[in-house]
Amino acid sequence: MAKQGTGSGLVGLLSADEGSLADQWIDSVVGSLKGRISKAEVGRELHELYGALVEALRAGGTDAQSQEMSETRALLTELSRNRARQGFTPTETAISVLALKRVLEPALNGGSAADVAAYLELGRLLDDLALFTLETYARAREEIISAQAVQLMELSTPVVKLWDGVVAVPLVGTLDSARTQVVMEKLLQALVETGSEQAIIDITGVPAVDTQVAQHLLKTIVAARLMGADCTVSGIRPQIAQTIVALGIEFGDIVTKATLADALKLALTRSGVDLVTRGGDQR
Amino acid sequence: MSERVPVLRIGDILLVSIQVDLEDQAVLNLQEDLADQIVTRAARGVVIDITAVEIVDSFVGRMLATIASISRLLDAETVVVGMRPAVAITLVELGLSLGGVRTALDLEKGLALLRRSASGADPR
Amino acid sequence: MTAAWAADEEPQTQNIAHNDDVVRARQQVRTLAQRCRLSLVDQTKFITAASELARNTLVYGGGGELRSGLVEREGRRGVAAVFEDSGPGIPDIDLAMTDGWTSGGGLGLGLSGARRLVDDFVLDTEVGRGTTVTIVKWAR
Repeated sequence: MAKQGTGSGLVGLLSADEGSLADQWIDSVVGSLKGRISKAEVGRELHELYGALVEALRAGGTDAQSQEMSETRALLTELSRNRARQGFTPTETAISVLALKRVLEPALNGGSAADVAAYLELGRLLDDLALFTLETYARAREEIISAQAVQLMELSTPVVKLWDGVVAVPLVGTLDSARTQVVMEKLLQALVETGSEQAIIDITGVPAVDTQVAQHLLKTIVAARLMGADCTVSGIRPQIAQTIVALGIEFGDIVTKATLADALKLALTRSGVDLVTRGGDQR
Repeated sequence: MSERVPVLRIGDILLVSIQVDLEDQAVLNLQEDLADQIVTRAARGVVIDITAVEIVDSFVGRMLATIASISRLLDAETVVVGMRPAVAITLVELGLSLGGVRTALDLEKGLALLRRSASGADPR
Repeated sequence: MTAAWAADEEPQTQNIAHNDDVVRARQQVRTLAQRCRLSLVDQTKFITAASELARNTLVYGGGGELRSGLVEREGRRGVAAVFEDSGPGIPDIDLAMTDGWTSGGGLGLGLSGARRLVDDFVLDTEVGRGTTVTIVKWAR
C-alpha cells in the first residue's frame, strides 16, 4: 500500500461519520474528567484538535513528529499545559487523545482489511500523540514546580528592619544551599539599602544545618564584614550546636547569641544605643 | 602612560574614589601615590571608595590589603568603603577576607569610623 | 570544552599580551555574562574568575589568547571562556591548585579561587607546551 493511500485511508476512517465520531469522543473525554471542566470547553478543544488532525492526515502526515502535524502538536501542547495547570492527573490528560482510539473501535466491525490496517496505523499515531501530550504535561508540571520553588524562596526569606541600623533575617524551615544563597544576597543588599551596620541571622526556626549550609552562613557573615557590617547569629538550638561542633565547623570569632532578643541587645549596644529600664527599682 | 587615580585631601584624611575599571599598572601606581602622600601630607587616615567598582579580583584585593598595611606603618588608618554585595560574596568565595582592612558601608560611615578611632572612642 | 558553543554565533577572540588586555578580557566576558542573563552575583563571580585567569595567562603563560562565547547544554544556556597560552605549562597541577601556593609572587588564589567562582573548570596543561583553562557559568 502506498503511503499516500494509507493517509487517505486514515482520513476516510476519521471522516466516515465526522459529526457523531467527534461527539462520541467529546462525551467520552468529558465523562472521564468528571465534570471538572465544562463540556463546551472540551468540545471546543477537541473540535479544533479533530480538525487539525484530519487536516494533517489529508496533507499526508502519518508521523506524530512530521511537519504536517505541527498544528496538532501545538493544540496538544496547549491542552496538556492547561490540564497540568488545572491539576488534572497524567491519565486524565492522556485520555483526551486515547479516547479517540476507543471511539473508533466499532468501525472495525465488518470493516475491510484495509480499514483494519488503517485503524492500526491511526492507533500508532494516536499513541505517539498521547506520549507527546504526556511529555508536554510533565514539562509543564516541572515548570510549575520550579516557579513555585522560586516563589517559596522569595516568600520564606524576609529581611526585616528591627531598629535604625539593625536588620534581621528570621530563617524558618530547612535550609538548602540555594535558599541560603538567596538569603545571603538579600541580607547584604538590605545592608546597603537601609545603611545598616548590624545584621542578625536568626535560625530559631531551622531544624537542622549541614556542613554546606553552615559554610554559606559563615560566608555571609564574612561578606557582611567586608562591606563594613557586623553580623550576629542567634537562636542556635542545642542539636544544631552539637552538629556544628561534630562537623568541626569553625565559627571563629563570629558572635552567636542564644535568642534574637540577646542579639538585638548586642546590636543596639554596638550601634551606640543606651538601654534604660524605667522604674527599675522594683526589678 | 597609564591613568592615575586622583587622591583628594579633606583635613588630614586622604580620599580616593575608584571610578573606572583599573588596569594592573594603575593599581600599582595608586598604591605608590598613596604611600607617598600619606607621608608628604601627614595624613592620619585614608578612605578608599569602591562604590563604583564592579570587580575586585585578587590583584586589587591585595592592593587594598597592602595599602592598609603600609598606612598602618606610617601611622595612618585605611578604611575601604562602599563594597557592593556581589563583590563581597565573590571575594569570600575567592578566599580573600582582606584581614586587617577596615571597612564601612559608605563614605559617611567610613569618615565617622576614622573620627571615632582617632578620638580613641572606638572599642574595636 | 565541556559544552558546545551556542550554534547561533562565533566565539570572540581577544589577545592577551599586555596589562590593559586583562581589562579588555574583563569587558568582553562582562558583555557576554550580561547577555546570558546571569544574576548579578554570578556575573561578578564569572568576570572575577576571568580576570584571575587572564592575568595568569599574561604573567605565567607569557601571553596568549582568550576565546569566549555563549554555550548550550541540555537546553541550559551558559557563558564560557577559554584561556590558552603556549608558556611553560604547570608541572604539578595539584600544587598549583592549592590555596596560597604561587610561583610568581601573587596571592596564590588565581587558579584555586577561579575554580570556586565558576560551575565548570577544566585545566589542561603540559610542561613545555602550554596551558589551557576553560571556565563555564550556567544561567540559573
